[in-house]
Amino acid sequence: MLRLEKRPTPSQFWQYGTPIVAVLLTMIVGGILFAMLGKDPIAVIRTIFWDPIFGEFAFYLRGQLLVKAGPLILIAIGLALGFRAGIWNIGAEGQYIMGAVIGASVGLAVYPTETRLIYPVMVIAGALGGWLWAMIPAILKTRFNTNEILVSLMLVYVAETILAKAATGFLRNPDGAGFPGSRNFSSYKAASNPELIAGSGLHWGGVAALVTAILVYILLQRHILGFQIKLAGQAPRAARFHGVNPTRLVVFCMGVSGALAGLAGLFEVTGPAGQISIDFNSGYGFTAIIVAFLGRLNPIGIVFAGLLMALTYVGGEMAATNLGLPSAAIQVFQGMLLFFLLGVDVLSNYRIRMFMGAK
Amino acid sequence: MKRRHLLASAALGLGLAFSGAANAQMDKVKACFVYVGPVGDGGWTYQHDVGRQDVEAAFGDRVETAFQENVPEGADAERVLTQMALSGCNIIFTTSFGYMDPTNAVAAKFPNVMFEHATGYKRDHPNVSTYNARFYEGRAVQGTIAGRMTKTNKIGYIASFPIPEVVMGINSYYLHAKKVNPDVELTVVWAYTWFDPAKEADAAKAMIEQGVDVIAAHTDSTAPLAEAAKSNGAVIGFGQASDMSEYAPSPRVSSIIDNWGPYYVKRVGQLLDGTYESGDAWEGISGGEVLIGDITDAVPAEVKAEAEAMRDAIAAGSYHPFTGPINKQDGSAWLAEGQTAPDGDLLGMGFYVEGITGEIPK
Repeated sequence: MLRLEKRPTPSQFWQYGTPIVAVLLTMIVGGILFAMLGKDPIAVIRTIFWDPIFGEFAFYLRGQLLVKAGPLILIAIGLALGFRAGIWNIGAEGQYIMGAVIGASVGLAVYPTETRLIYPVMVIAGALGGWLWAMIPAILKTRFNTNEILVSLMLVYVAETILAKAATGFLRNPDGAGFPGSRNFSSYKAASNPELIAGSGLHWGGVAALVTAILVYILLQRHILGFQIKLAGQAPRAARFHGVNPTRLVVFCMGVSGALAGLAGLFEVTGPAGQISIDFNSGYGFTAIIVAFLGRLNPIGIVFAGLLMALTYVGGEMAATNLGLPSAAIQVFQGMLLFFLLGVDVLSNYRIRMFMGAK
Repeated sequence: MKRRHLLASAALGLGLAFSGAANAQMDKVKACFVYVGPVGDGGWTYQHDVGRQDVEAAFGDRVETAFQENVPEGADAERVLTQMALSGCNIIFTTSFGYMDPTNAVAAKFPNVMFEHATGYKRDHPNVSTYNARFYEGRAVQGTIAGRMTKTNKIGYIASFPIPEVVMGINSYYLHAKKVNPDVELTVVWAYTWFDPAKEADAAKAMIEQGVDVIAAHTDSTAPLAEAAKSNGAVIGFGQASDMSEYAPSPRVSSIIDNWGPYYVKRVGQLLDGTYESGDAWEGISGGEVLIGDITDAVPAEVKAEAEAMRDAIAAGSYHPFTGPINKQDGSAWLAEGQTAPDGDLLGMGFYVEGITGEIPK
């Protein structure tokens, strides 16, 4: 018989060991899944995890990892702050959209003015857009005690409708013969977010993600606010005795995660995506939730988790095209990662004991 | 689960065939396809994938195909296209409007790979072609059936986005319903989605409550038909993009089927024998790209005959669905007696024809 026994304190070893075990388990079970689909599991796993970094086309794909990981990391760090404090912002996707729409609106409003001031103003507008969208669930929670999970999630669909309206209406390219989609920022220099070094895949969004990771790490380790966030999540009652103001904490955490998601949207729309289109959003806001947990809600962990997640996307696409794997199989594979992580997590709080004989 | 299919724009040089770069014969072609939805969507993407299988069946060992489904539009599309070009695809079909800018961007980097973009209008490079189908021809057939079949004289149209292709379909549907039934009134509901069964069902429900008894949809799911099916035969509709024959004989009384196979087989064949040239293709019923699904027995024989005559006249080229006199909604003249609509007018269509109430959202 196996029995779970609670550890007196969470295991330091498993705290960091579980992500690695989860990745290995995902590879094994994913491999079995791929084999059942009639594909060579070794080839698939190699295509997903090895080829984008060291394979034939790595010169191109390495940069793409940064393109894909940038917004994931930026959003996940913001979410992790809230998750640590027990504040569940599930609507980063909507905040990401609103950041892009509002930031792009500012840029397009002054088209075709060319001055260096435009881009910084757009960045601020993007952050503000995401922040405003996150303030709705935050204020509803603090004033009326609504559930922020539901409200923020529902607001994603509202944001999608606004996005459709923007692409077909108020942001539509006036020179586009009536077709949906805004002007392409790649041909509007002052408002575009190109690769900083050609071929590297690194744009301002990637830079912002790294800087944010460091800042949030410092906040959590060294600042009283970081301590309050951790305390509120681990021991809400103790936090209140300690003088933590829960209203302020909700507004702060929701606001930061919203602003970071908005920033990610702005960097994406002016950079890799290039334009506001009807379905500009491609799920970064939701995937970032997985990234946040995979990274142990730790800013530095999230950077690695974001890169790993990007790898499964980029490599997954390679596997789909070259090996004919259905895209649903890749999604299952990515889902397994979170599943095993949460499952294996039990080891950091419990130990497994062999139990012999009668009760 | 959204897709875009829009039309090529006249403003950007319709009918101008650029001379493509490929003219040597090839022993083997690798043809790659990028899909916006899953191949099992039963509609838009499914039909493109049927076309891909047609290519395999037609050329056997001389062709290798690959595809990628569920590719989001934007930066992800650009990466997928680049990967395909790097991995040796000779021709890449990008099957959604939103792939327009990524297709052109990647085409610039790979001048020896041919790119075919469905429903777009940008051909910025000599190796980019565009293609689409004249779905409005199918709407003429549906309009005829709708005008004859409605008992309440109220017909409906679930529209996706206010873009020329959709407006064109609405106009064609209405004109032909009115032609056979001057009392007909059209209700248009804008769903702002290509695929959202819940929204589509709501739209259908709202129209049925208003007394609409024939519903056409420019969205892809079977939800409007499922909603119509609850009416015990009082409300009918049409299959969209694919045949949707599971709802036959009623409420699905006919359908518009996207049939991309002939075009894909033609283009890959041209690449093999060295006659490929870039250009713009806009075929309809006559070219086999638009098929009219079987008209069921729920429709009286004389109506069926009339609708089939319409289909055959369009196929033979003896009838154009937009033949004057036609006025715009505001009463101003558009087409004079006997005049047919120039493609340019259709591709930029931003107005309703006379008789339709309501406004196109701006």
